[in-house]
Amino acid sequence: MKTPVTFTLNGAEAAVFVDPGANLLDVLRRGCGDLSPKYGCGQGGCGACTVLIDGEPHIACLTLAEVVQGRTIQTTGGLASGPDLHPLQKAFMEGFAAQCGYCTPGMLMSAKALLDRNPNPSRAEVEEAISGNLCRCTGYEPIIDAILEAAKQRGAA
Amino acid sequence: MLDVRTFPTAAEAAGAMNDDARFLGGGTLVMNRVNYGDQRFRQIIRTTDPSLREIRTEGDRVAIGAGATMADLMRSPETAFLASAARAVGGPAIRNMATVGGNLMAPHPYGDLAVALLALDGVARMVGGGEMSLEDFLSQRRGIVQAVLVRRPAGDAFRFRKVSRVKPKGVSVMSMAAHLNRSAGRLSDVRVAYGAMGPTPVRVRAVEAALEGASLDAAGIAPALAVATDGVTPPDDPLASAWYRREVAPVHLRRLLLGEDAR
Amino acid sequence: MAVEYRKDLFADERSDDLDVVGKPVIRQDILGHVTGRSPFYDDHLYDGLHHMRCARSPHHHARIRSVDASAAERMEGVVRVLTARDVPVNMNTLLSLINFGKDDEPLLATDKVSYVGQPILAIVATSVRAAQDAVAAVKVDYEVLPHVLDVEEALKPEAPVVNETYPNNTFDYFEKYDHQKLRFGDVEAAFREADHIVEGEYQMSPIEQAPIETCGAIAAPETNDRITVHTSTQALFFSVGVTAKQLDMNSSRLHFIGGTVGGGFGGKVDSHHEPLAALACLMTGKPVKYMWDRAEEMQVGAPRGGERWRIKDGVTRDGRIIARQFTGFFDAGAFTRLSSYAVQKSTGHLPGPYSIPNVASNVYCVYTNRTPSTAMRGFGITAADFAIERHMDKVARAVVMDPIELRILNAYRDGDMKAHRRAAKNCALIESCQVVAQKSGWGLSADAMRASSMVGGGQGALGLVPETATDEEGRIGERKRAFLAPDPFSASGARGRLPAGYSSNNSSALGNAPQREDMEAEVERLGFKGGAPALPQPAAREPEPRPAAPQPFYAPQPRYAPPPPPAHSTGGGPSLPSAYTQRPAASVDSAPNQPPTYAPPPQQSAPQPPAPPAETPATAADHFQRGVKRPGVSRFISGRRR
Repeated sequence: MKTPVTFTLNGAEAAVFVDPGANLLDVLRRGCGDLSPKYGCGQGGCGACTVLIDGEPHIACLTLAEVVQGRTIQTTGGLASGPDLHPLQKAFMEGFAAQCGYCTPGMLMSAKALLDRNPNPSRAEVEEAISGNLCRCTGYEPIIDAILEAAKQRGAA
Repeated sequence: MLDVRTFPTAAEAAGAMNDDARFLGGGTLVMNRVNYGDQRFRQIIRTTDPSLREIRTEGDRVAIGAGATMADLMRSPETAFLASAARAVGGPAIRNMATVGGNLMAPHPYGDLAVALLALDGVARMVGGGEMSLEDFLSQRRGIVQAVLVRRPAGDAFRFRKVSRVKPKGVSVMSMAAHLNRSAGRLSDVRVAYGAMGPTPVRVRAVEAALEGASLDAAGIAPALAVATDGVTPPDDPLASAWYRREVAPVHLRRLLLGEDAR
Repeated sequence: MAVEYRKDLFADERSDDLDVVGKPVIRQDILGHVTGRSPFYDDHLYDGLHHMRCARSPHHHARIRSVDASAAERMEGVVRVLTARDVPVNMNTLLSLINFGKDDEPLLATDKVSYVGQPILAIVATSVRAAQDAVAAVKVDYEVLPHVLDVEEALKPEAPVVNETYPNNTFDYFEKYDHQKLRFGDVEAAFREADHIVEGEYQMSPIEQAPIETCGAIAAPETNDRITVHTSTQALFFSVGVTAKQLDMNSSRLHFIGGTVGGGFGGKVDSHHEPLAALACLMTGKPVKYMWDRAEEMQVGAPRGGERWRIKDGVTRDGRIIARQFTGFFDAGAFTRLSSYAVQKSTGHLPGPYSIPNVASNVYCVYTNRTPSTAMRGFGITAADFAIERHMDKVARAVVMDPIELRILNAYRDGDMKAHRRAAKNCALIESCQVVAQKSGWGLSADAMRASSMVGGGQGALGLVPETATDEEGRIGERKRAFLAPDPFSASGARGRLPAGYSSNNSSALGNAPQREDMEAEVERLGFKGGAPALPQPAAREPEPRPAAPQPFYAPQPRYAPPPPPAHSTGGGPSLPSAYTQRPAASVDSAPNQPPTYAPPPQQSAPQPPAPPAETPATAADHFQRGVKRPGVSRFISGRRR
């Protein structure tokens, strides 16, 4: 039997009926049409499905969908405001911090959670923040550089 | 097809448990199995009971709700002494989800926090009353835990160490915790526990006995290092062989006991 | 990310207008990546999407007595169960599209399974969970068979047959040999002349590519009787071709969309998802997704295969490697996929970047009851290189020489003849070694620092294809006929294979075994152009008798002077034989503090070259200008070293 779940997704109200046992990743992708979080492992090992729930990073594929009833979810799909990219998106773009791009949405969400809480992180803090996100092609250094650069740009703005 | 049942109180959820059900805490263990179509259960039971997330002091002990997450432990001043062990679990997103109760149920090589709780004389307070030592609970892993009670360690008496090949987030080659009580300059009533050195986190009685009355220096702990793996049965797994775990355990035990830093 | 260019190296050979390398580039697809809108194969929404999962073998090797999917078929949400009988052309091999190899792998298993995870049937259901539950309800009756997981165990005559298409457990090369051969010169003669024989065995494990996006495909019906397939493939045209073949349909009905791949690293070329998804779409009329979960990706996804290498070197006491013999075993797993090609690629890579005048190799593509292996980042090269470079260190210890200097001493120079009969060009190992030594504060002798890839190549016999000992050992079926010659060189004892370069009639192959037509150098393929002396064309060669005198098995003139005794106690690190300056006259002219000049070496009149018996030897000098110099075209692209 499907269960109704309502929540806020990237600032807009979302209401979906979910299958019993459905995870948040499937519900966001197929139920809400937000394809930005990705499936990589289904077990919390890769972080490709990382989304923010009430501002904190969570693994969407391990989140029972009905748990998010009434809560606020942010994904990479809502990171830009209109045509204006988020500083993190700009920094990833300019710093070649994405190659295949599959881990990127999860990386961006982990990075956003960090910068929202700590606008001026150290390199070690950045490493810690993305430690749950695996990347297989870009290599982590350009990603770390990009996050630090975004922090700098945001500080300057 | 699955069936999800949500209860307002932990007691009702515990009452609904059956052999075809799994209790969902943070989801990091149960949803993993759901995603892989585990045929051993058809029901998910959960509760919205806020009491499960409470962290509060009870005398010389701290009661940690089984639903408290690793992030909760790192944030709460009551559990500052557990912050390093909580941080050893997963990445930030996992720590926002993984719970204390779930950590007690985590299969090898997971369950790093439980190692710390074991070394602090952890006691499992079950939903609906009743308490049992964490050691006993880990040997059967049945029932719904309301909270885990641990001794609050004095000063730097509590030590925790996780050995992994990947940092900062990696799966344990082994984890170790020690509660080094001292009396008149000598170690007394010491607790030492290992993780990823057997099917569940275990206390290492041989090491504890060898440390009784010893001084906390290289010479004093030498007998304990000599029996570092007595009574433990480390597994072979893709992270490390049993042989390797036995070989390096004394080294890591020394670093743990003497507070030597080696990241 | 600072990149330092060593513009002093090869300064006259490249343009210095690089404006891309070493700098971040704004990727053309980056906007999609950072906004989460790049269309990976799973990022396509279809109403009523069905999901497919496979029932898989839990055994390494088993006969399938019976499959009972009746309970699964009746389960809620199950739409269709696909078996091998539903696949129009069930057998395939990936490289059949280029006529290489026999069809040896079923899309769905029929009468037996040969590795853990091999798919037996596929279930299409309305949800992932329904498909998972139905797979769990499939009952298969297995007769478990003996299995083999080690490449050399698999080569024993009594080993179980892994893959009935290749009953010897080896891929058949040219329908003649059970291994891939390389023969260059005469390793046996050179081993007899060597001061040291250095042997080693090296093993590399399989490696999973582990892309973050797991392999998969979505197939959906179009309104014009075509099928749209969104796929994670790295090889779109392989996937179209395989799907058209296995579904026995014209590829014009297949509308494949790919190109956005969530990491591949070689693991997404095998084209198994597309035919199965398209077949399910055909049979149900519904959009169907076939996606591996992470466990399948790791267990069933084809890895880089494991490799075992044995190397035997003949070395002179001054550190020259005069013979190198390889025996290699590629673990293909249960089916060929790309391993047959990996062996060929690897053989073309031997003996590594070193000028060794006598080389022989036997490399086997072996079937075992492991997961089939496939492409991954330099497959066929990386493990061989691992073995070769470990072995170089072993050789260095044997001759008490600095390992980097040993490499510089033996490195290819431009113009040296490689074992696969092409002149070496664009060599840069020496310069790489020098820079690495400098950067890491590793002391090299002045001679080693003066050496240059552009100086001294192709001297004497090192520029020539030597007369080559051939053999007929290792013909298909020999092992199974149980004629097993002892392996006199293997430290591991008799293994049923002759060492590379060993003549099966036990005669010294050199001198009395005429060089086979297919082993001879084809002059026009060597790349000599321009000012080289005219070389006899193969057609012009007469079947005249070979010169009676045995041919030299390595350069008759020492390429290097004998070394001084090892001088490890002196502060600047061990020194190399001073012979670096005793290269041909042209190199003596290049003073240490000047950039090396690249002058053609003098014409050599003696010794008489081996084949072809021309008046003037092919010196493989500087005349391999390959590119066409057009106005405005970068010399870096078309220059003579490219």
